[in-house]
Amino acid sequence: MSTRVQKWILSGPPLLYLLVFFAVPVGIMVVASFRYAGEFGGLAPLFGTGDPDEVAGLTVESYQRFFDDRIYLELFAKSFVYAVLTTVACLACAYPLSLMIARSPKKSRDLLVLLVILPFWSNFLIRVYAWMIILGPQSLFTRAFNGLTGAFGLEPMPLLFSPIAVLIGLVYVHLPFMVLPLYANLEKHDPALLDAAQDLGANAWQRFWRITFPLSLPGVYAGAALVFIPALGIFAIPDLLGGTDSMLIGNLVKQQFLDARDWPFGSVLSIVLTAAAILFAGLAAWFGRPKRA
Amino acid sequence: MNGRRKPWLLWAASALVYAFLYVPLVIVVVYSFNDSKLNAEWVGFTWHWYDVLFHDEQMLTAAWNSLLIALTSSAVATVLGTMAGYAMYRYKLRLLPVLVLTPIAIPEILLGVSLLIFFVLLEVTLGMLSIVLSHIAFSVGFVAIVVRSRLSGMDESLTEAARDLGATQWQALRLITLPLIMPGIVAGALMAFTLSIDDFVITFFTAGVDSTTLPLQIYSMIKIAVTPEVNAVSTLLMLVTLVMIVIASRLSPGGLRGH
Repeated sequence: MSTRVQKWILSGPPLLYLLVFFAVPVGIMVVASFRYAGEFGGLAPLFGTGDPDEVAGLTVESYQRFFDDRIYLELFAKSFVYAVLTTVACLACAYPLSLMIARSPKKSRDLLVLLVILPFWSNFLIRVYAWMIILGPQSLFTRAFNGLTGAFGLEPMPLLFSPIAVLIGLVYVHLPFMVLPLYANLEKHDPALLDAAQDLGANAWQRFWRITFPLSLPGVYAGAALVFIPALGIFAIPDLLGGTDSMLIGNLVKQQFLDARDWPFGSVLSIVLTAAAILFAGLAAWFGRPKRA
Repeated sequence: MNGRRKPWLLWAASALVYAFLYVPLVIVVVYSFNDSKLNAEWVGFTWHWYDVLFHDEQMLTAAWNSLLIALTSSAVATVLGTMAGYAMYRYKLRLLPVLVLTPIAIPEILLGVSLLIFFVLLEVTLGMLSIVLSHIAFSVGFVAIVVRSRLSGMDESLTEAARDLGATQWQALRLITLPLIMPGIVAGALMAFTLSIDDFVITFFTAGVDSTTLPLQIYSMIKIAVTPEVNAVSTLLMLVTLVMIVIASRLSPGGLRGH
């Protein structure tokens, strides 16, 4: 058997599968974004007796609709803000944790990392559901919270079905994605650098901001991309933890495909969403690239 | 005393984050044994919600579907992913690595909706088949990456020695390479299984109206109201995951790292 034949026997089946069930569907969706919507939802039929322009033609109508109507761009901006806030909050939680693990004795590091991953292995919906309980109107936490704010003369407020609940859910679900790359980076730092800085008179604050933090930036960018991309397109968390005002871009996509059945517009939204995510990942990779002196 | 204050702060902050990670899950477990419809106050111990769960036909069907889907899709994804991982290691390929990596890198929702359009246009009835096909599509890449990284840690001279001693290429693959990368294949298979049984987004779009999986069933239940039956099923699911992790770590020490 020649190498050529072997190569095709090995790579052929997975290649074919991914072409048919990944590349082709995504290709169809790109085409769908330039089609007219069907009379009864979905797409206009390719053959038929309808308006000949709509049957055979392509259009940028759905793209125009997205860029013309401020509502959609604003929704996009809102999703962007949620994703950025989630990323920042994840960073704030993950940094001390990753640093602590990286500075623990070698023996206990694996266990401490496993403890971060473990909750992440339970189903995503269970983790969201946990917060529905905690933030629910009758929960101990909500009553304690409102008792506390009441002591300062504030009106009691519902916690569940609010933007705060959505943010907590987003942070909770994505936190491990930030811890892992950050820890992987911090673990590799040479402690001799910190010793040297201390010998030269740098205090803890200076040592952190001038050595540890700059060195950890590739880990920060990698974690930011891993948190930001899924957070941008999520629809289940706003659905379950958010109120009527917490709709994000993912919810709109879901709505276009399942309720409104406007596939061309839904496709446009998914494509713009993916483009934004890829752009961000590319930026993160560019900022986090290994620097050569 | 700058140098000393910081570790203390670091430990306190870390303890808080660990609490943030675990307290919610502990609450779910504890309330699954609570003798009250509300997940609010501790009333007393009961097995009632587990009893309800095991008599809930819909939930049991959903669990059975999830298991079937995960077993089939992870089996196929393991074979395809191992082939892809091996091919990527052995040959210089252009298209395959791109096709393997992009499904992992793009937002899940994109894959979900494009598969929805695809199946509907081809007039494939949305159901178990479309779910399995979709799950394979997103699992192959994960298996391929795990197998590929296991291969790159392998000592190439072992295969060469086998060939020098007269083994055919096929024998060398079957007797040397495969056993050596088996922990990678097993880890990949477990990953594919977990991804499938956990998947919500892609299943949500490709499931249609008649078939439901455990995550879809949980979603539709908690969308309506919070009920301790969900706590019970969550507790059992967590237990199953924990057992699987223990098995996985026994099978391939180090296989869990880097996930």
